[in-house]
Order: sequence, then structure tokens, then C-alpha cells
Amino acid sequence: MSAPARQDPVSQGSIRRRLLLVQLAGAAALAVLLYFVVLSVTRQVAQQSQDNVLAASALSILGSARVSGGEIVIDLPYSALSMLDSVTDERVFYAIWLGDEFLSGYQDLPRPQRPGEAQPAFLEAAFLGAQVRIAAVERPFSTDLGNEQLSVSVAQTLTGRDQTMARISRVALGVGAGFFALSAVLALIVAQSTIRPLNRLTGAVSRRGPRDLRPVSAPVPSEMVPLVASLNSFMKRLETSLSRSEDFIAEAAHRVRTPLAIVRTQAEIVQRRVRDEDTRNAVREMIHAVDESSRTAGQLLDHAMVVFRLDDLACEPVDLPALVRETVSQVGVLSEMRDIDLILGRMEDAVVEGDAILLQNALRNLLDNAIKYCPPLAEVTVSVRNDGNEICLQVSDTGPGFPEGGKRRLVQRFSRGDNVSGVVGSGLGLTIVEDVTVAHGGRFTIDNNDGGGACARLFFPAS
Amino acid sequence: MRAIVLSGILTLWAAWVSAFEVEDRAVFGPEAAGDTIKVISTADIAYFEPMIRSFLDRAPGLRVDYTVASSSELMKAIQDERQSFDLAISSAMDLQTKLANDGLAQQHFSDVTRSLPRWATWNDMVFAFTQEPAAIVLSRAAFADLPIPRSRQDLIQLLRQNPERFRGRIGTYDVRISGLGYLFATQDTRASETFWRLTEVMGALGARLYCCSSDMIEDVERGDLAIAYNVLSSYAVTRADTDRFHIVLPQDFTTVMLRSLLIPVTAQNRDGAARFADHILSPSFGPEASPLAGVDLTALQAESTLHRIRLGPGLLVFLDQFKKRSFLAEWQSAIVQ
Ligand SMILES: Nc1ncnc2c1ncn2[C@@H]1O[C@H](COP(=O)(O)OP(=O)(O)O)[C@@H](O)[C@H]1O
Ligand SMILES: [Mg+2]
Repeated sequence: MSAPARQDPVSQGSIRRRLLLVQLAGAAALAVLLYFVVLSVTRQVAQQSQDNVLAASALSILGSARVSGGEIVIDLPYSALSMLDSVTDERVFYAIWLGDEFLSGYQDLPRPQRPGEAQPAFLEAAFLGAQVRIAAVERPFSTDLGNEQLSVSVAQTLTGRDQTMARISRVALGVGAGFFALSAVLALIVAQSTIRPLNRLTGAVSRRGPRDLRPVSAPVPSEMVPLVASLNSFMKRLETSLSRSEDFIAEAAHRVRTPLAIVRTQAEIVQRRVRDEDTRNAVREMIHAVDESSRTAGQLLDHAMVVFRLDDLACEPVDLPALVRETVSQVGVLSEMRDIDLILGRMEDAVVEGDAILLQNALRNLLDNAIKYCPPLAEVTVSVRNDGNEICLQVSDTGPGFPEGGKRRLVQRFSRGDNVSGVVGSGLGLTIVEDVTVAHGGRFTIDNNDGGGACARLFFPAS
Repeated sequence: MRAIVLSGILTLWAAWVSAFEVEDRAVFGPEAAGDTIKVISTADIAYFEPMIRSFLDRAPGLRVDYTVASSSELMKAIQDERQSFDLAISSAMDLQTKLANDGLAQQHFSDVTRSLPRWATWNDMVFAFTQEPAAIVLSRAAFADLPIPRSRQDLIQLLRQNPERFRGRIGTYDVRISGLGYLFATQDTRASETFWRLTEVMGALGARLYCCSSDMIEDVERGDLAIAYNVLSSYAVTRADTDRFHIVLPQDFTTVMLRSLLIPVTAQNRDGAARFADHILSPSFGPEASPLAGVDLTALQAESTLHRIRLGPGLLVFLDQFKKRSFLAEWQSAIVQ
């Protein structure tokens, strides 16, 4: 059973981007709106100020009219026309009418319809090849012939107004663009700060150790409370089911091994008592079979345990030489029984990030193999090397070595070599070693030494 | 050959139809030249000839057809008769402004026009190329034992103190017949009230009224006049016999007339007109300025006392018939007593 392939989460869209887009779209719409509002308001103001000047000019002409000696005298003020040209060069036109009688100026100048007595009237029209703005005012005027309306129209070309409008357009554009730029920065900040609690939660959860299934307790925004609540309840269930399967594995190991041990002890007792050679052989074979099943059960459980732990690999610094020494001393009794010399070779400082129990299990399997397959008086050397880049844990023996051909095959589950000849085994040892090594980001190689003997190496990246 | 005959007939025909009064006419440049620039101007041929010649040196293959007319005839030719001229040059700033204001001038843009001072252009239609101050010309003989008046106040005082000496020996423009005189007079009234006091004093001393600056200067030189008021100084300085009179630019304020040009909408040789206009305008201002008027009198005067007549619609005010009527009435009552 291999570790289930980690499925990458399917990502669809991004909250941050969506937030940003929505805000930017809003800002753009507002900026355009702002542009047009500023434009129209200031245009009105510009138009208003032009109209005011025109009306003032017309009124000053209107005010300069009087009757003297029965004749109309209009003392056109110099400023009446010159003030229309003071900022920008403008062509200027005027017309003075008494009722329907044209008095002076430009007779063809269009007249705004019915200027109110109090209010000046305005008109935009084409005149003498140019677009002009016309203001007209009037007042009752009494002559010897009776009462008539004296009306004055003054017109001006639009150079100055157009210049002002162009400037206003630029300013409005600047205002709009500035608003948008500012909003964009704000949108970025808002999106960032909105996403921050989510990032914080992600960080807090992914930083946790593999066994850490405590509920998330850090405060989160109200919108995220349901998510955290379901996450917490999910972890609670996971913890329950995890501890249940751990219990199950321990229980199963106990239940299988204990009766087998009893059977074996009883069989040995029987073997000692029985004198009949045939029965004795049968019992020996029985003990052998019991050993085999006990070992297989043990390794099956080991393997299950390894797979289980690999699902959720612990990540703590493991002092490799210390681990080697401890394991070697544990199997020391075994090797002495078989008269095999277990030697600690070069031990360089090396720390591997990972699960000490699994690493120990792997090493144990390698040592078991070496002790199993080597003849008495063979030597088994364990060494740890660290070149700063890669860490190498090596178990080398002077035994028969791996059977030539299909070495990778030996790593597969339940596959055993053709050199086993009666040696008890399940074919799971090297599988466990391989799984553990790969889960730690390392690789596992098996070779034969030049002078004969097996050489198994675990390589880990140096931290 | 046919073409020449035809063009000759056309010219004759054009001369026959033209109703405005031509004072003088000359054509410069090679006969074979293709393009002719038709200029109508108030300035004498002699006054403008050097400018035309220097232009033709730079632009061979062009001809300049130069017609001299009075400012009112120029106005008539362009406004009423829509005669086709490529360039209109006039000292009558008010009429030039009116032509442009009434849409009878084309806009013209070039590097030269862009470099002109703001007061020298109006609406990119009217371009000033000289500054010609109105001066008081005094006979040296008459002022041998008198202080030279430097301002209008000085002059008024002098006239009041010596009425007998100056009676009948003061000359000024008859603003009823001289457009330039009217322009100077109306601008004087804008600047100060002293103009009216001076006019009254001159009227009381039996001032003589003239149509033109040149006549006034001649009479000063002959000794018939002791004082000529509001004389175009450019006419005075270009004369050979300047030692016979003083040219005074009044220090209270000096009215400066700007001679100007424009390209009428009826122009047929617009490109030629633009080139000639740029040629006339380029030496007028700027570092190596050499005004047509010879000595640049304005350089002698403090900038603050120079009242350059402003191109623009303000000038239209004095062309208004009501305004003109009342101004002339007032002037007449002041000078004719
Ligand atoms: N130290 C060794 N020397 C020789 N052969 C070995 C050694 N270790 C393992 N092998 C070979 O590799 C095979 C697979 O080993 P393993 O997976 O541990 O299974 P098992 O030991 O239960 O047979 C063994 O059956 C044996 O043939
Ligand atoms: Mg094994």
C-alpha cells in the first residue's frame, strides 16, 4: 500500500483579484463620472463668467445712451468693447436698436429673442465666419417720438472660452485620473487587508505539527467563523479516527503476536520432550512456520504503521548518529547470537528532519537483513556521512550480497531474493526502507560491495 | 502670346472697374516671374521700396504689385468692393482692426509671428511692424530764446504765457478729415484730460488744421508754424533738414501708432503674401530690429511713458458713428472758437 497521491486543491478565481477588480471597476466608473461632473460644472462656470462679461459690456453701452437736444447720444465707453478682448484676442460685435430702428454697430448681428427687462438674454450663433456668444439687454427709452425699447446686443468670439474649456478638460481629466490612481492604491490596500486573516489562518494551520489536531483558537473575522468552526470539528473527528486506528494497530499486533509466542513456547517444550525423530522434525518445522508467521505479522504491522505514519509525516530534527547507536545496541543481542560482528563505522554529525520512529524502523530492517543473510563471523558496518549537501546512512556487510539481477525488484512488496534458502522473511523489509526514505525526501540504493557483501544506502538532503 | 494679351485686357478691365481711388502704383520684380503679390498700402512707394527690393532679392521669381491708396480707400477696396489683394498695409490701426474683426482678414501663423510681442499682433490676423510715435515738432527759430517744452503741461503753460508769439502759428491735425489725426486725438483723450485743455488753448490761439504730417512739418521748416502737435515723428526724422526743428516726444505720455499688415480673405496668392509678411515682420522686432521708420524713436523714450495704441476692439469704439459724432462735436467746439 503506497501513500495516497496528494491531490492539489482545485483553484478557481481569487478573492483578492475579484475584490481588486470590483473595486477598480467601481473606481473607474466613479472617475469617469467625476470627470464629467467637474467638466460640466466648470463649463457652466466658464460660460457664466463669459456671459457676465458680455452682459456687463452690453449694460455699459445701454447706460451710455441719453437724449440731448432731442437727439439720441450714445457715448460708447471704450471699455465696453476693450474689456471683451483683455485676456485673449477676441473679435467683438455689437448692435444698438431703438425699437425696430437700427442705430449703430452691426445690423446683421443675430438678436436673442426678447431679452427680459431685468434679465439679459444670451444666444450662440455664427456671425461673419465665426461662432459667437451674444448677450442682449434692453430698457425703455423715451424720446420726443415716444417710448421705445432701447436694446443693445454685444457679441464675442469664443477663443478665450474655448481655451478655458480646453484647460478645464485637462484639469478634469487630471482630477479623474488622480482619483482613479488613488482609488487603485486604496483598493490594493483593502484587498490585501481583507485577505490577511485568511493568510494568517492558512499559515497557522500549515505550520502545525502532524500530530497537532488542536482546534484553531486564534480570533478570526466573523465571516471566517463558520469555516474555522467546521475545520475544528473536522479535526476533532480526524483525531478521534486516528487514535482509533492507532489503537487498532496496537491491538492487532498484540492479539496476533501474543498467541503466536505462546504457540512457539509450547512447541519448544513439546520438541524437547518428544523423543521420536519424525515428530521432532515436524515440531521444528512447526516452530519455523510459527516464527515465519510471527515475523510476517510483525512486519505487516510495521508496514501498516509506516504507511499510517507516512500519511502524516512528523517533522522534527532527528540526530542520525544517536539514532544509529541506539538501534545498533538494540540489535546487538541478535548479532551476538549469530556471531556476527556489528561495527559502528564513521559517524559524522547529521540531522535529518523527519520521524525518528520510522527512520529507526528502516535501519532496523536493514540490520535485520544483514544479520539474517550473513553467515557467522561476517562483519556488518553502519556508518553516517554528511558532506553538507547530502547525508548518507550506509549498512554494509561481508555476506553473500544481494542476488545479482533485478535488484530493484527486491524492493517491491512481498518480493524475496532466491538466496533466502530457509531464512524466515516476508519480503516487506526493503519496501519499508524504500517508503521511509522517499517520504523523507531521500533515495534508497542497494548494491554489492566490490569484495562481496551487500551495501544498502539511504541518502537524505542535508538540512 | 494670347495669354499675355488676355492678361493685359484683364488688367485694364480690372483698373476700369476699380472704383476706389488709387494714388500710385508700381510693379517690382522680373516681368517673366510667375507669381505676383498684390499689395495695397497707405505708405508711399519710396518709403516701402527698400523693403520690397530686399524681399525680391531673397525671393527671386516673384513680383510685387504695389498700390498706394489712402486708408479709407484701402478700407473701401477691401470691405466694400472685395478687391483681391494679397496684403494690406496701413497706418490706420482702427480700420485694420475693423477689417480683421469683420472677418475680412485671414489668420497667419509662422515662426516669425510667434516671436512677435503680444501687443504687436491681434487675433493672428493683424500684425504690427513699426512703432511710430506722435511727436511735437518745434521750429528751432521760434524757440531760440524759449525753453523747450517737454510735456503737454509745459506746452499749455508756454502757450498761455506767450499767446501773442504763437497766435496763428500752431498746427495740428484736422481730425475731421485725417483718420490718423482722429486716431491720435481719441487715444490722447483716453490717456489724459490735458488733451482737451491743450486743444482749447490751441483753439484760442487760432490753431491751423492740416490733413497730413508732411504738410505740417514743411510749414514748421518754412517758419510758418512754430509748433506742430501730434506729428508722425517718423516723417520728421527721415527728412534731411532735421536741424531746423526739434522733435519732442512728450514725457507725460507719447502716443505710439503701430503700422500694421494683414492678409485679406480675398488674397489669391496667399503663400506669397505670407512670405512677404514674414519678411516685413522679421526685422521689426527682436535683437537686430531695424524698423522701417529709420531711427527707432521709441528707444529714446522710457517704456512707461509710451502709450502704444492697442490693437483690438477698443478701436472700434471710436469708429462708432455716435461716438465719432459726439467726439467731433466736442473737438470742434474746443478748437474752432
Ligand atoms: N544483507 C543482505 N544480504 C543478502 N541478501 C539480502 C540482504 N538483505 C536483503 N537481501 C535480499 O533481498 C530480499 C528482500 O529483502 P526483504 O525485503 O528484507 O525481505 P525478507 O528479508 O523478508 O526476505 C531478501 O529476500 C534477500 O534475498
Ligand atoms: Mg527482510
